[in-house]
Amino acid sequence: MKYQNEMKVEFDSQSQNEAFARVVISAMVAQLDPTLEELSDIKTAVSEAVTNAIIHGYEECEGKVHMLCKIYDSTIYIEVKDYGKGIEDIEKARVPLYTSKPELDRSGMGFTVMETFMDEVEIESKAGIGTKVMMRKKLESIDK
Amino acid sequence: MENLLKYVNILQRSKQMELEYDIVGRNLIVRVSEELDDHNAKCIAGGIDKLIRHHNIKNIIFDFKKTSFMDSSGIGVIFSKYKSIKNIGGNVVITNVDRSVERLLKLAGIYKIIHKYENMETALKVCR
Ligand SMILES: Nc1ncnc2c1ncn2[C@@H]1O[C@H](COP(=O)(O)OP(=O)(O)OP(=O)(O)O)[C@@H](O)[C@H]1O
Ligand SMILES: [Mg+2]
Repeated sequence: MKYQNEMKVEFDSQSQNEAFARVVISAMVAQLDPTLEELSDIKTAVSEAVTNAIIHGYEECEGKVHMLCKIYDSTIYIEVKDYGKGIEDIEKARVPLYTSKPELDRSGMGFTVMETFMDEVEIESKAGIGTKVMMRKKLESIDK
Repeated sequence: MENLLKYVNILQRSKQMELEYDIVGRNLIVRVSEELDDHNAKCIAGGIDKLIRHHNIKNIIFDFKKTSFMDSSGIGVIFSKYKSIKNIGGNVVITNVDRSVERLLKLAGIYKIIHKYENMETALKVCR
């Protein structure tokens, strides 16, 4: 099956937009007729990346979160980008249970969740410039 | 399409907090909302703290019956309430967990410290 589609959205760094981002990505993925588990995996990974952009990238400041989604054949590619404070040590940030904000009841599981639920997660970040999280997942349900 | 409509519904509803609390003896039952993300987690955490202070609460029972979505923000709330409740010698338990929530709880290793019960009745029996 060949299928190609692409979309891009930009929204304010407010916590109610975490649900918005999940709705948008669900609508996009729904075109591919995913299993409930695949849909839930992708929604959760997006929720993690968008939440990070809002609470870590922009902290208390206002900014725009960019989300891009591309579908190639049976693979979905998602990019979540902020122009916030950036990550100084990406390797440390990816360590399970590491959080820079324990006082906010964070568990430090966000990147671990993304890595578990997606096939591939790449992070590009520069302190003071921003962060881009790129994720990929092949939907097994499509080949059938 | 059906899915999409469902999510739009959730989005509209999430404006009014659909979180509910019940107090049974010294147990606080937290009926977690349909989606537990960073946005809802803040409200839940604040609500629980207030109730613990005003009602001499010892145990917390998180009821996930309504919940079909949770991310790591939910894990953060459970861990943090676990810490404060342990400080006063109480217990935190969870019940009515669906498959997607279950996967996240397992991934985070919640079950190493927190017990899950099949239903509220059993949970309440244990929390005395
Ligand atoms: N977009 C971002 N901008 C700046 N820093 C980030 C960003 N995303 C992640 N980080 C950094 O990486 C750390 C780890 O992120 P991760 O999502 O794994 O955990 P967390 O957000 O702290 O906790 P949790 O996701 O469990 O609530 C964060 O604490 C933060 O310091
Ligand atoms: Mg996070």
